[in-house]
Amino acid sequence: MLSLILILIAAVFFTGVIIRVKSMSSGRKGPGILQPVFDVVRLFKKGVVYSETTSFIFQIAPTIYFSSVVMVMLVVPFGQSKGVLSFDGDFIFFAYILALGKFFSIISAMDTGSSFEGMGASREALYSMFAEPAFFILMGSLALLTGHTSFHEMFAALHIGSYISYALAILGTFVLMMVAMIENSRMPIDDPKTHLELTMVHEVMILDNSGFDLGLILTAGYLKFAIYGALVVNLFIGMFPYHYSIPMFFVIQFVLASGVGLIESFMARFRMSHNAQFIFVLTSVSLLIFFGALLILGKFV
Amino acid sequence: MNYTTIVNNQTIPVSAIPEMGYEEFIDLNTGFLTDSPEKHCVNYFGYPFGSRVKLICCIADDSTHQIQVSSCTVKSDDQLDSFTARNFNFEKFEREIHENFGVAYKNHPWLKPVRYAKNRFDKSQTIANYPFFAIESDELHEVGVGPIHAGIIEPGHFRFICNGEQILHLEIQLGYQHRGIEQQFLEKKKLLQRTTLAESIAGDTVVGHTTAFSHVWESLCGIKASHDMEYARTIALELERMAVHTGDLSAVCTDIAYQLGSSVFGRLRTPIINFMQEWGGNRLSKGLIRPGRNQFPFTPELAHRLAEILDIYEPDFLEMNEQLFQLPSALSRFERTGVVSYEDVLSIGTVGMAARMSGLNRDVRSSHPFSLYSELNHEPIIKHHGDVYSRVQIRRQEVRQSMQYIRNLIANVPEISGNEPVLGSLNPNSFTLSLVEGWRGEICHCAITDGQGELALYKVKDPSFHNWLALALAVRNNEISDFPICNKSFNLSYAGHDL
Repeated sequence: MLSLILILIAAVFFTGVIIRVKSMSSGRKGPGILQPVFDVVRLFKKGVVYSETTSFIFQIAPTIYFSSVVMVMLVVPFGQSKGVLSFDGDFIFFAYILALGKFFSIISAMDTGSSFEGMGASREALYSMFAEPAFFILMGSLALLTGHTSFHEMFAALHIGSYISYALAILGTFVLMMVAMIENSRMPIDDPKTHLELTMVHEVMILDNSGFDLGLILTAGYLKFAIYGALVVNLFIGMFPYHYSIPMFFVIQFVLASGVGLIESFMARFRMSHNAQFIFVLTSVSLLIFFGALLILGKFV
Repeated sequence: MNYTTIVNNQTIPVSAIPEMGYEEFIDLNTGFLTDSPEKHCVNYFGYPFGSRVKLICCIADDSTHQIQVSSCTVKSDDQLDSFTARNFNFEKFEREIHENFGVAYKNHPWLKPVRYAKNRFDKSQTIANYPFFAIESDELHEVGVGPIHAGIIEPGHFRFICNGEQILHLEIQLGYQHRGIEQQFLEKKKLLQRTTLAESIAGDTVVGHTTAFSHVWESLCGIKASHDMEYARTIALELERMAVHTGDLSAVCTDIAYQLGSSVFGRLRTPIINFMQEWGGNRLSKGLIRPGRNQFPFTPELAHRLAEILDIYEPDFLEMNEQLFQLPSALSRFERTGVVSYEDVLSIGTVGMAARMSGLNRDVRSSHPFSLYSELNHEPIIKHHGDVYSRVQIRRQEVRQSMQYIRNLIANVPEISGNEPVLGSLNPNSFTLSLVEGWRGEICHCAITDGQGELALYKVKDPSFHNWLALALAVRNNEISDFPICNKSFNLSYAGHDL
């Protein structure tokens, strides 16, 4: 329950911090931290316009996408406090419920019949497919290391004590953050600010969504970032008492958001054909974690 | 000799242009271009001549600084051999002649509408039923972009034929910005109206087009602009080049999602155009240049002010370039993206940056000098790879070069001559051609007067007219997601093409 509340609070600020860091690093003042929240509140007050060429898929997809994100939010634990749902194998539930939401957003983009949205859908499907092994090898290694298969038990059993487990946590952070960037279509995979449909991945898929539906999709994006941030926090806090772990949660979330902002300010987006290579690199980093886990367990002679 | 030779901004009687049969005409002009990379067609147009159509072809020779003009009259329903079948330089020009006068070409490979001019020959052809090239295949898909631009700059339609993410073919259909500029030059009788028209040909090349117009007008009146007028025009041209190149660098950074470059270059453009405001009262230099007048003389105070601005501009510009050209992620987007080979740019006759990027030396400032450029000894900046990187580098170096020229020029500001020449009436039955190197490339204005000294024809050619085809070639076999950066690295004008 605690994790749910913390994630909601973090989600309110996360995107605002990214935008603010980007503004400041280009010498502008930037909007308030809460501006993304105001934006979705404004969208929630609006009606929805549906294209005549779309079917019911297009109308239900944003809701399914949003609810998939809310569902995965429920399984994320916080240190010794369980998530609202916790069961063996919940990390598989986590990944595939997100995939379900993504599947619906992809077919809803195809539903519009626009050639842009078809391209965006194919890119998004490709990148998610490539990112999946990275996530599963990471989580599988942690399961192997700890002998548990639910998020809560895995993270609770994860002791940061030896140098090698620090290394694993840092590599894990890198993989999780990069998966979060891919899932949220941020730089260096995708440019969320561009106005050019031909270069977009995620943005182009939601071109036809408006009003309330668009608000749902944006909110889901804010939540997703905070959820991945919470997973990263879990790698570090272990069994720390709350008066350490809760401030740590916010500090780590803030550092991650600023990091995203800085990356987006000081580098260019990858060439589209290099994205696939880059995402595969994440899988190899996950494999390093896997070998690290084997090393700790003494499976290597 | 069956052609006449003129230099830039020279007025000759129309009767001095030799007329010949079509067979001889086609042999002569395509013969000029055979194996001579120093020559290209600056303008080839038709105009009504009684019941017939008179074709005038102007071939510029960059090595001798001369322009060779020849003419021929044909009937509008003639079936003619096309120049294009022998040399692609004439491709757009023949399409224009076909569109305006219905001249049929037997073997033109791509006889499609150019811009759906208001006074076109065949009014049944409309922009809604443009004959797009199509490939029948289950593996390929078409992506149509526009006519509304994603960044709502100007309208144009782009039709891609793609194999997955890879572009096989791009067809660019323009004409949405057509305003009938050339026709309006004849209809508007006041000089001020005509000057304002010249300013509106392409909003980003105000100085370039107005300078070309002024040169045409002054030459037709038989006067020569005073030194201080040409001085102001030269400075304005170089300032315009700096401002637009800096803005383009910003836009290229935006397209590769490099925020720092985008905002720094964007900020650096502002002091330059703000200086134009200080000088002439308009940030886009409208109203600054007038035929036969020095409307806003360049004073020593302005020179001092400009020197201050450049001193602040230069270090920031250089530092940002250092950053951009060392950033691996940016270089990986620039290099080997959107390549056009030397052979291709030569065969389609591109001009300006779109030629210099691939090792083809096309720069009117050195090949057909005008204003004060003969004193500046301009050395064109040439790159050889023909990719986005070359185009971006040309911008970076041309800004520095322009800055140097401006510094040299403002070191001694000339006296204002004061006694402005009186613009009389135009010489009757005359032909004038003016070439100006705008920031985008070669601008060509041609005018012909009738027996009463009234304009009978005004012909405008913006560099975009040639260069759009280079963009279509550049994106072939590239990823479709790299199209925006290719497009921006050319930054061609829709309005300048559509007129």
